[in-house]
Parts: sequence; structure tokens; C-alpha cells
Amino acid sequence: MQRNSNGSVNDFAIKLANVNGTGSASANGLLMQAIFRMGIPVSGKNLFPSNIQGLPTWYEIRVNNDGHTARAINYDLMVAMNSQTYGRDIKEVRQGGYVLYDSSWPLDKSLYRDDVNFMPIPFARMCNERFKDSRARTLMKNIAYAGALVATLEIDMGTVEALLDERFAGKKALRDSNLQALKIGHDYAKEHFNCPLPFHLQPMNANGDKVLIDGNTATALGCVYAGATVAAWYPITPATSVMDAFKEFCEKYRRDPETGRNNYCIIQAEDELAAIGMVIGASWNGARSFTSTAGPGISLMGELLGLAYYSEIPAVVIDVQRVGPSTGMPTRTQQADLLSCAYASHGDTKHILLFPANPAECFEFAVESFDLAERFQTPVIMMSDLDIGMNDWVVPRLTWNDSYRPDRGRVLNEEDLKKLPKYFRYSGEDENFVAPRTLPGVDAKGAYVTRGSGHNKFGGYTETPSEYQEVLDRLAKKHAAAADFVPSPKMQMVDHAQFGVVTLGGCDLAVREAIGVLAEQGIEVDYLRICGFPFAKSIETFLNQHAFNFVVEQNRDGQLSSLLTLETGVSKEKIRPILFYGGFPLSASQVVDAIQSQMEK
Amino acid sequence: MPSIAKPIATHPSLGRNELGLTIRDYEGSMSTLCAGCGHDSVTAAVVRALWEMSLAPHMLAKMSGIGCSSKTPAYFVNGAHGFNSAHGRMPTITTGAAAANRELTYIGVSGDGDSLSIGIGHMCHAIRRNVKMVYLIENNGVYGLTKGQFSASADVGSKSKRGEANRMSPIDPVMLALSIGATFVARSFSGDKEQLVPILKAAFAHRGLALVDVVSPCVTFNDHEGSTKSYLYTRRHEARATETDYVPKATEILAELNGDGVTSVTMHDGSVLRFRTVPTGYDPTDRQRVMAYLQERQAKGEVVTGVLYLDETVPDLHEMNNTPEIPLTEVPYEKLCPGADALNKLQEEYR
Repeated sequence: MQRNSNGSVNDFAIKLANVNGTGSASANGLLMQAIFRMGIPVSGKNLFPSNIQGLPTWYEIRVNNDGHTARAINYDLMVAMNSQTYGRDIKEVRQGGYVLYDSSWPLDKSLYRDDVNFMPIPFARMCNERFKDSRARTLMKNIAYAGALVATLEIDMGTVEALLDERFAGKKALRDSNLQALKIGHDYAKEHFNCPLPFHLQPMNANGDKVLIDGNTATALGCVYAGATVAAWYPITPATSVMDAFKEFCEKYRRDPETGRNNYCIIQAEDELAAIGMVIGASWNGARSFTSTAGPGISLMGELLGLAYYSEIPAVVIDVQRVGPSTGMPTRTQQADLLSCAYASHGDTKHILLFPANPAECFEFAVESFDLAERFQTPVIMMSDLDIGMNDWVVPRLTWNDSYRPDRGRVLNEEDLKKLPKYFRYSGEDENFVAPRTLPGVDAKGAYVTRGSGHNKFGGYTETPSEYQEVLDRLAKKHAAAADFVPSPKMQMVDHAQFGVVTLGGCDLAVREAIGVLAEQGIEVDYLRICGFPFAKSIETFLNQHAFNFVVEQNRDGQLSSLLTLETGVSKEKIRPILFYGGFPLSASQVVDAIQSQMEK
Repeated sequence: MPSIAKPIATHPSLGRNELGLTIRDYEGSMSTLCAGCGHDSVTAAVVRALWEMSLAPHMLAKMSGIGCSSKTPAYFVNGAHGFNSAHGRMPTITTGAAAANRELTYIGVSGDGDSLSIGIGHMCHAIRRNVKMVYLIENNGVYGLTKGQFSASADVGSKSKRGEANRMSPIDPVMLALSIGATFVARSFSGDKEQLVPILKAAFAHRGLALVDVVSPCVTFNDHEGSTKSYLYTRRHEARATETDYVPKATEILAELNGDGVTSVTMHDGSVLRFRTVPTGYDPTDRQRVMAYLQERQAKGEVVTGVLYLDETVPDLHEMNNTPEIPLTEVPYEKLCPGADALNKLQEEYR
């Protein structure tokens, strides 16, 4: 797949190669935000190492006037600022593309390519001349290349200046040196190259109702709006920023103006075992409580997720997936926790899963997670990933309906208990097989012992097969009933589709773009994005409607494919996994290539 | 955890507490532990302490993990919610529960396997967080439900029922707790109810986490000769370091308490813990000296009991987190949700 990027406006991809810990993230974010403010559809992907300082790190920016902002992997421009990776970076530029590099030191002859244009700028030398402090010299080099891009890509200078004003409000000296550095790069580029490049930017008006936000921030915001009060967690990449953001929002919105007290409690636990234990304890007492984690944390939480499932206690877990197995690649993205989350814990367990595709859905689904957890008295795992969680996405403005009230599910109060002759924890289920629970501290009549050991419908200990099975069977029905309550699958149907394409989560953009490309080639397909587990009936119907379905997901083993085979009546022949698991966000060209090659088989 | 309901029979002569409840109202189901198990005596002490304190049964939360000790919450205060959770995880669940609702009184019942092996990390961190709870360890040096393996509290040289001697050094929950900043540390013996009841009452009055290690012999697997957690051994080696009276807040204190060898500590809730006898120079608020004293006596093979250390100045989990005076579960949703306008305004920062 080739994008038309020779001489195109608002349709190109650039990659910036840096050394981590040198402040490049700030410059890259500045560029991304400026393009966003120019009203152009844009995405930024941070491809970073699990390291604090000194290793290679990349940032990719893609602009596309049609709104396709999945990762694009044929780069029109490489900003090569890391000599360690010159070799591979220069190789990645498309034919006819451009390489902007720091020419303070000569580029090794062997790195030259005849089919790309080199744009040497002596960033380090110029910054060393202008700035005295060694840290400033390093930092300002980044802002200087941002300045060069302002010139070569026609990024609006006024917008960039306004952003610097906002960032350094009250820090005039910093603002001035940033502006100086920006101008160094800008002026050099103007003087030495034909500006703008054939591909460049032009203001649009596509972002009026949009925001630029990462999924972890949006998730945290959802937890605040859902009314979560107790949060417990153990630091882990890439989930840490969920709790950082939750704390920040709580400090802003949850400090009682009258008493000065915090209407929240965030506990940094000793490990993930403890974090989920705390969530379960708080939820048992009736608080909305959650934890945020990644795959290794899910493995540790398995034990107590089973306890919450079996003793029917709500719990919300945010799983920001990263690359496994084991420690894997903590700063890379994957969707490889699907099976371990669906059936987390020993024994017969099944959990409710939600699959947001972008930060806007992270906000929405986080709120839904709490409603579902309380309605079904069971753990709900919202499965985000590193790409959604840690990258800035352009999404529609988040909206909130002030009439929302939490769905607390079936909880008996003092009055309700009075009316009952006797209360038994696991009796009196409703049409969704949920039995009413009681909270401690309300009335002695509602008291019972919550237990993870075998129990009957009265809540009493049992080792009697029929009594045990009765409860376990109800739990299976309860889980199945949740299929109608999890977010509905999103479908895009065409006439005469040749096959179905199924995916979930953050693959959405790339897969939809790929479907557009396939359509241009005359291959018409129906699209299904799964948003929750257990699977709605319409998912099975969709799969059966098609001769076969490509299931696109980011893991080696086709975990969604497996789950579909296990949990629907669809025959295995109808499911053809398309798998990506290298750890970088998905791009449409990869999907198109994979589907085409499978079709040729 | 099999349980058998106890027949309800109350004799008019039974005393009533401030709530008009008899001690029977603080009982639970019939114990299914072995006859003579130390844990049942501890349960009886808990029942008595709670009854004497006139705690409304539904305001108690009974937390436990897995093991013989963890079964016991079913055997006291039927009117309270209980949570028989997972092995070693009781402190985590109690921490979360306490964070959500600070109005309940929490008792966590654990054992030496639960707290000193699988859950030792959780116990330590609950201590560091100073979660307001009574943390009871029914310590018998042995795994009962799995039939007699040594636990981490077994002393070096202590013999199993089969005659095997333990060679690994024990973890002493009292010394461990003291070393990581515990604010209330006591030890008692299940066979010494006279001492245990006031200790428990003081523990409930404590500002934060009150660790109470109770030597509670396992009659089936660890009550033989050669065991250092047997009834006989403990009786012979018990050395009461302190004897305490718990004086509730409402009680008028008539006598001047501070005399020779007598000290008193005012608890955070206004009640007073009066140390009747303490060894010369023993200051239950001086952590270093308490630790030195315990080490010295333990080296002589003594099992030192009593309220050993107490610090009412350290804030608990809620104080450290500046949470409201009412339970977080009672903060109205309207106060928790910033609303649509705030969301709109906030999003200007994401432009």
C-alpha cells in the first residue's frame, strides 16, 4: 500500500529519532499539539524504551486530511537526531523522502542514500554557540529541530508561539530561550532549503469539537466521574499514569471546599495482590473502587479475582496491556491479556471485559465498568493498551450527562431488610441471576460471612455437590446475561461483502482505514468491532453471516479468535486470525498486506 | 468452613451490657475446631471483650484469611458481616474495607501461616499504614489444616509430632512489628483469658493497627513434648511483662494512677490503658527499650506477654490520607462527580 505523499497537503508521516531522557518528548508534543490546533487530523505515537536515559526513542506524527490517523509506516521525513540509530532510521525513509539530521558532525558516507534528500542542520553547534548551560544545550537542540519543522512543513508559527506562552507562563526566561531555539532552527531551514517541502501543512477546521488526550488520562477522568472513592494500585508501566491522573483530578475536584478533606483515598499497595484485595475490601463495603495495572499485575491478581467472582463482589480493574509474556517489553503495545483476563483465576471463572478503542471510549467505558461491576456484582476488567493509554489521540470532546446516577445494583437497605423474614446472601435472584447483597454496618439482619470457600445459595458453607453446583450454575447464567449490557459491538455493513473483518480495541483506526483501501481495490467487506465480553448475540450472527471472517488482533496466539471459538457457536473454519505482535501500534498497510496475502492463499 | 448453628437459649440471669445485649448476642456458630483448640478460647475472649465494650454487633467487621484461625470469625458475633477471604490476603481486604468505611470496627483474625508466611508482606504493610484494626494472630507454630507442617513461627529445636526438629529460625511477629513501626504490640496466651480480654479491649481502643499475638496451642499437631507452642511449655515459660486494665472513656477515674511501677496511657478515643505492674524501668512507649527487653527475656526462653508497646501519637490510614470524618461510602455522589460544566472547562486544557 502506498500513500500519495509526493506534493501532498496534510497527508504525510514523519518520524523523529531521539535519545531518551534528553527532553525530546516535550518538543515532539509541541509539534503534535500545534498541528492539532491548526485543525488538521493528526496522531502522535511514542515508541519508547523501558529506560530512563540514553537509549533510542522515536516519535511518529501522521497527518491525514481524511482523518486516517492510525500509525503510518512509510515515512516522508525522518528527523534523525540520534547517531546511534542513523543506519536504520535513514533506511526507513520512503524513496524520495527527506532526512533532516544534525550536521554538527559529519554523516558517515556509508549512510548516504541516493534516493532520499538530506537536510543537514548543525543543531548542536548552533545551540552550543547560543546557550551556555549544558542541559539547556541538550534541551534546546530539540526545540531547534521543532523550529526547522515549522519552516519546512509550514506549521503555524503563531500557534507554536502561543503554545510556548502557555507552557512557560510565568517563566519568561525559559519562554525566551525556547523561542530563540525555535528561531535558530526555523531561520536556518528557511535560509538553506526550499521551504515548504512538497508535503506540508495547511490549516483546516477538522478539530473544532475535538480534544487531544491520552487514554490513561481519559480513563482516570471516567473513574472520577463514576464516583470511585477508593483506588489501590502498584506502579507498573504503562498503567501508572492512570493513577497519576486520577490523583491529579481528585486533588482538583475532590477536596471538600468546606472541610478541606479528601473525598477519595488512593493507596499505593505493596503489590498487585494487595491492590486488588483493597479494591475488593472497599467494594465489599459499598465503595466504588478500582485498580489500574498491566499484564504482570493481572497474573498476580488472578487469585483474588476468583474470590470476587465467586463471592460476588464488584471490582473494577483497568488493564493497560503491554507486551508479554513475563516482563516482555513493558513500553510496547499488545492485546495479549484477553484470555488471561476472560478467565482469570483457578476454577471455573469468567469475567466481564470491556474493550475501548480510543481515549473517548476509555472515559465512557470506565464509567460503564463501575455500573456493570455493581449491577452484576462481579469483577469488570477494562482492557486498554499502551498505544491507547499513553499516546495522545485526537478524539471527540468528552461529554457528560449531569442526570447520570451510579447504578448501584441490588443492595438492600435497612427498610428492605425489615420487610424480609430472613436474608440469605445468594437467594432471590432477578432476571439477570443477580441476588441482592447487603453492606456491613447497616443491619445485623443482613449479616453473613462472605467466603471464597464452597457455599450454597443461603451463603452457608457447603461441600454438598448439588448445593455447590446450584450456585456455580447461577454464576454462569449471570455472566451470560451480562452480554446484553456490555457496550454493543460496532458494525459497518456494505452490500455484497465478500467477508467479514473483526477486531477490537485500538486496532479500530488501522482496520477501518485498511477496509477503505480494500474497497478502493474492489474488495468489499463488512466490519465488526467487539466492545465487550461476554459476546452479544449479534457477534455470532455477524460471524455466521459471512463465508469467513478475518479477525485482526495484536497477539501471537489469536486470543480473540480463540475466545470467539470458545464462546460462540461459530465454527472454527469461519475464523481466520490476522495477527500482529511486534509491539508497535498497528498501521493500515500492515492490515491490507496481511489480508491480501491470506486471500492469495 | 463447616458451621453448626448454636441453639438460642438465654437465661434471665445473664448480664446485659449498655445496649441491653447479653453475651450470647455476641456469639456465633458452633466451632468445628478440635476439642481443646486454643483458638476457641481466643474466640471466647473476643466475645467477652466486645460484649463488655457494648459494640453494636452490626458495626463490627470480622475479617480473616485461610486456616484454622481464619475459620473463627464464624464463631463470634453472628450479627456482624464476616469475610473469610483468601490465604494471607486478609490485611489487604481489611485495608480496602477500612478505607471505604471508617465507622466500622475491624477485627482481623489470622494465624502464623497466614500472617508469617504467605501474607507476611501484607501484614507488614498494613502495620506501616496503621490501618485502624485489631490484628489478631492465633499463633500455634504449625499448619493444622494440612496436618502438621512447621510454620514460620516454630522455634529452632521445636519438635514436630513425628519428632523432627525445626532448624530454621523463627519469625517473631512481635519483634517484626516493632521493627517496622507498629503502634500497638501485645502478646498473650489463649490459656490466659484474664489477661487477654483487657488486652483486646485496649487493642480495639487503639488509634491504628493493634497487633495481638496470641500463643494458641494446636492440640492435635503441636501440643506434645518438645513443642515450644504447647499449653505446658507456654504455661511454664510465660512471663507477664505488663498487666493492664482497660478503663473506658466514660468511667470516672477516681484514683491517681501514676505511682511506682505504674503507668497509664490515654488512648486516642479518650479511654485509658493502665499498666498495673511493669518491670522496673520498663516504658511501654519506648520502642528501643521494649525491643531490648524482649530480646533479653526471649534469650532466656521466656514467652513475654502483656501490652508490650503502645504509641497513640501516630496517625492512622485515614488521618494520613486526610479523608472525611464520615465514611467515604457516605459521601453523596453529587460531591464526587465534578459535572458536565467542569468537564467542558477542563477540556480546554486538552486543546
